[in-house]
Amino acid sequence: MAAKGIVVVKEEWCKGCNICAAVCPTQVLKLDKVKAIMTVAHPEKCIGCKQCEMICPDFCIYVFTPEEYEEIVSA
Amino acid sequence: MSTPNIPMEKIVEKKPYFKYLRLNKMPTIWCPGCGIGQAFRATCMALDELGIPNDKVAMVSGIGCSSRTPGYFDGFTLHTTHGRAPTFATGLKLARPELTTIVFTGDGDALAIGGNHFIHAARRNIDITVVLINNWIYGMTGGQVSPTTPTGSYATTTPYGNYEPQFDVAKLAIAAGATYVARGTAYHAMELKKLIMDGIKHKGFSLIEVLSPCTIVYGRKNRMSIEEMYFWFKENTIPVKAWEKLPEEKRAGKIPRGVLYHDDSRPEYTELYWQKVKELSGGEK
Repeated sequence: MAAKGIVVVKEEWCKGCNICAAVCPTQVLKLDKVKAIMTVAHPEKCIGCKQCEMICPDFCIYVFTPEEYEEIVSA
Repeated sequence: MSTPNIPMEKIVEKKPYFKYLRLNKMPTIWCPGCGIGQAFRATCMALDELGIPNDKVAMVSGIGCSSRTPGYFDGFTLHTTHGRAPTFATGLKLARPELTTIVFTGDGDALAIGGNHFIHAARRNIDITVVLINNWIYGMTGGQVSPTTPTGSYATTTPYGNYEPQFDVAKLAIAAGATYVARGTAYHAMELKKLIMDGIKHKGFSLIEVLSPCTIVYGRKNRMSIEEMYFWFKENTIPVKAWEKLPEEKRAGKIPRGVLYHDDSRPEYTELYWQKVKELSGGEK
């Protein structure tokens, strides 16, 4: 199943609070406990609900639709 | 899997509320999981949705964790003395009524040292929007008990449990004369955005109390993890309409959230002030 959203983590700003992984309904995100930053473990499972983006207190996680992402990467 | 590094300009393009952030000052100073970030995001999103440009917003704050917010806000900002943020905002609003004035303050800042300033700004019904981050503790100074610390919980200065009753911020503001009072939580992000938007649109004193977890200090003292604190808000707050229908005995321990009070009938202070100026100067101003 193709992902409905592309999750991007800005690693320099992430503090590893794990709250985005706790609210994700499909377990896309996983905390790297050594570096204390969030990693995208299962990008294919994303349903594009943007709950992680909305709850992130550090403005460091972004969800794009595949079309938006394509536009960003190709530009 | 690590994600590709996308330049910030591209993100700003896709997420229009990022234009209110001072990106060169990021990352923020707050502890991991602190709820101030969500309140700040909700404010930026509300401003973006209302279409207010950066140079028409003034953000005022006092001292405390939440009062660090203006440092990350790209607009007019004012970082003032402890507890006096509503006072400075009053002066600012009187001199420049066209600016949307937002006060970012915390529970210790607005209710303890600045209690008087807060209630008198509410009494005057001046058109400022106060976003009060209520995290139940003095986070910045190391976790002392604050006026909103729940009875029975632990803080640095109450190692055997807090036995003081706590303030109900919303009721205090309503009693003091605020005309828009709402309560949101850091967990309910979209709802919080809507509450702040209504607060900015409202002409008169609006208070939005944001229940926010102090994950590091309060969480450590009370043995709660970051996730537990967020899910505590999910389980223990209910929309105000559902709360009103609940029978009295089931209300214990539940916190209503949403618009708690809204009154459009009272006159606004800035208008009264400029009307008076006009009257006394013979219509010159």
